[in-house]
Amino acid sequence: MSGGLQGPAPGERPQPAGRRNAQGIRIDPEVEAEPEPRRTVLSALVENEPGVLATISGLVSRRQFNIESLTVGPTTNPETSRVTLVIEEPEPGIRQVETQLAKLIHVISVRELGTDAVRRELVVLKVHGGSPEKVHAITEMYGGRTLDAGPRTITVEITGGEQEIDDAIDAFRQFEIREIARTGQTALARGEEWTTHAEEERYEQPEET
Amino acid sequence: MSEREMSERATPHQHATDAEASAKDDAPPEAHTETEARSDATATAEPAADAGSTAPVTTGAESVTRALEAAGVEYCFGVQGGAIMPVYDALYDADLTHVTMAHEQGAAHAADAYGIVSGEPGVCLATSGPGATNLVTGIADANMDSDPLLALTGQVPTGMVGSDAFQETDTTGVTTPITKENYFASDADTAGDAVGEAFALARAGRQGPTLVDLPKDVTTGTTDEEPAEGRLPETYDPPERADEAAVAEAAAVLASADRPVVLAGGGVIKGEASPELRGFATEHGIPVVTTMPAIGAFPEDHPLALEMAGMHGTGYANMAITHCDAMLAVGTRFDDRLTGGVETFAPEAEIVHVDVDPAEISKNVHADYPLLGDAGTVLAQLDDAMGDTAVESKPAGNTPAAGDAPAAGSTRTNGNEPTAESEPAAGSTSRVNDRYREWREQCQQWKEEYPMDYPRPDDEPLKPQYVVERVDALTPEDTVVTTGVGQHQMWACQYWTYREPRTWVSSHGLGTMGYGLPAAIGARLAAEDDQSVVCFDGDGSFLMTIQELAVAVREDLDVTVVVLNNEAVGMVRQWQDGFFEGRRMASEYPWVPDFETLAEGFGARGFTIEAASEVDSVMGEALAHDGPSVVDAHIDPGENVYPMVPSGGSNGEFVLAEEQL
Ligand SMILES: Cc1ncc(C[n+]2csc(CCOP(=O)(O)OP(=O)(O)O)c2C)c(N)n1
Ligand SMILES: [Mg+2]
Repeated sequence: MSGGLQGPAPGERPQPAGRRNAQGIRIDPEVEAEPEPRRTVLSALVENEPGVLATISGLVSRRQFNIESLTVGPTTNPETSRVTLVIEEPEPGIRQVETQLAKLIHVISVRELGTDAVRRELVVLKVHGGSPEKVHAITEMYGGRTLDAGPRTITVEITGGEQEIDDAIDAFRQFEIREIARTGQTALARGEEWTTHAEEERYEQPEET
Repeated sequence: MSEREMSERATPHQHATDAEASAKDDAPPEAHTETEARSDATATAEPAADAGSTAPVTTGAESVTRALEAAGVEYCFGVQGGAIMPVYDALYDADLTHVTMAHEQGAAHAADAYGIVSGEPGVCLATSGPGATNLVTGIADANMDSDPLLALTGQVPTGMVGSDAFQETDTTGVTTPITKENYFASDADTAGDAVGEAFALARAGRQGPTLVDLPKDVTTGTTDEEPAEGRLPETYDPPERADEAAVAEAAAVLASADRPVVLAGGGVIKGEASPELRGFATEHGIPVVTTMPAIGAFPEDHPLALEMAGMHGTGYANMAITHCDAMLAVGTRFDDRLTGGVETFAPEAEIVHVDVDPAEISKNVHADYPLLGDAGTVLAQLDDAMGDTAVESKPAGNTPAAGDAPAAGSTRTNGNEPTAESEPAAGSTSRVNDRYREWREQCQQWKEEYPMDYPRPDDEPLKPQYVVERVDALTPEDTVVTTGVGQHQMWACQYWTYREPRTWVSSHGLGTMGYGLPAAIGARLAAEDDQSVVCFDGDGSFLMTIQELAVAVREDLDVTVVVLNNEAVGMVRQWQDGFFEGRRMASEYPWVPDFETLAEGFGARGFTIEAASEVDSVMGEALAHDGPSVVDAHIDPGENVYPMVPSGGSNGEFVLAEEQL
């Protein structure tokens, strides 16, 4: 047993009254409230380098970011791709995803899109083929298209916002959905606004052939 | 061979000095280390006319070694093996010294320590597969501590990648989460470019480890391309100067605080901002607390120094960070060993957070006033802004800090002489904020209330704290200390008085047992010849990398290892006593080797100390020995480390003895 050091014991010391929450934000100790998570879309312009997608998804899982979807695809510039992430995090978490992504060397620019952003998702779903007319009617209702129809299955595609797709899927449930493939949301800023900060300088007019 | 012997090349230190001199000529006085670092990079990366080997590049491997030469690399540490053999073959003619280590982990730690002491990335090499995976611990360690490091690994030929070939490991995959960036060299023409970029990136902005994986067909492939100048990636642009409006706001917060404290993090040392920190704190009279990696950033014998805070920090540092109403945190990531539970961390403080990495802002603790930029630059900006808000405004045109403080970039200046009295002299430091006087007195009072004095019997059992204190007394002030991980590491923090940056070399964020000895090897080669290097090791930690003693002997390196031998993994034992009802599972051993004999077997000098009365004479002899020596100090196995903040606890409730847990 060791003797220890001198000085007033913990209980004999003055202690401050203040407190922080789990996010390290100072709070009124009386009304402790955890910040609400918020669902939002981040767009990242990235260099087309091998492993970029693996690096991004590795970052997201390693840091336990709460992610709904991640999509990737080419842009007007053959050297870059766009990654769109839908996340659900409290405010500090959103800023963390943003800055940690921006820190990756192959990420050129990252931005959280406003609520007015244009967001789209595609779902392909396959239902049992028993009632083709009804399936057709619902597909029409959601502005979708029939991709394949046979005696046993019908496959349709619907594009829309997140809510629209959720509603459509609900509507198709009556036909017994066999399989679903959803792309996850992709998005652009609305109007003349560029989606991320580096977008304009990287913009390349598609070549006329 | 003759080329190698005849070549004359500037050391990295001289390079740095030259670059600084030229940078200062045409730069405004507030120009800071980042700029200097950059111009330094450009200077050293110029086609190396003086870099010895001038024969044209013929292979990818040669372009790799040429890139290292061009970057000014003097030493590299590694272990040979199949896939890296072409690079080693090119090293045969290269103008740099390779140190063959006993184990790749040792190579990574040696390179890491070399980077800490010199400020330039340390370089380590390993073959593919097991060589690369053996580096992993050291790379992860460098990543946690933001140490500049470049790892070069061999890889199976490109055509075999993905086939589970002999000694194939997905090295870039394995190291992605623990590197700042890694590269897979794709062809002989660009292999050297990748190495140059990886080196430049490791040392820029927030430093960290980078890795280049080199498939064997790429290194053996023919090329006549000289590697390009080591350039930073286009997308990498660390902030330099903080936003002026944000600086003004932050300065106003500090100026109107009653109980401000500076929390210096490792970024202060990495950013060469110790002179600015000293200038800022002394000029405004603000007490300074450091994190563990920042030990040495501020002289611990200065009246404003409260030393290290956190889990095993001093009582007074923990009181100050708990009761402050404003905190200027510089270059710190608010690690949990520092903060304890964030709920109780500096709960009444407005936090100004200066960092070069935007991702550190509000990651763990909310920053009320984030200031993005280089540590030294932003401290100077803040100093300026504080001047504007102070009662006595300073004369216009007077550049802050830079004037009174030692030149930025020099690592081995003596800093400000500590003043004898706790109150900075009034005349010379007219901006010392009188507002903080009471707070400074409070901090001094805490120093008296919570002294680090430990109970010590006359002779036996030998107290580890006493050993550390005596070795400190017996060695010059600029001695470099390295450590393993455990209780001994904490005693080395607490009972040694650090005065200079880059004299404390340890494994902070990862807590890697076995770091101490290989780190001492790297530190030895980076330190000035007249500097001493001492490694405080634990018996457990020492046994993890003891084989590197062979390297120290072979290379005739003057390092002194002091094993604070408690015949236990003592830190674990302390936790078991405190939190596991004293059930000492796998923490005490019935037998430990005789380290004195073991050292002699390796060809080093070995010594044993049993009692306090032997410390001075034995340590004197060991330190005087010009070569590696090992001192096995049989310390009190029951000794514990205090103060202690149990993990997740409140810093203000540090315990001073076991019964307070
Ligand atoms: C590689 C590694 N394995 C395990 C641990 C867990 N650990 C932390 S401190 C410690 C005890 C270290 O023993 P020793 O080196 O003898 O130091 P002491 O605490 O006795 O001074 C252990 C096992 C670690 N930090 N690193
Ligand atoms: Mg031990």
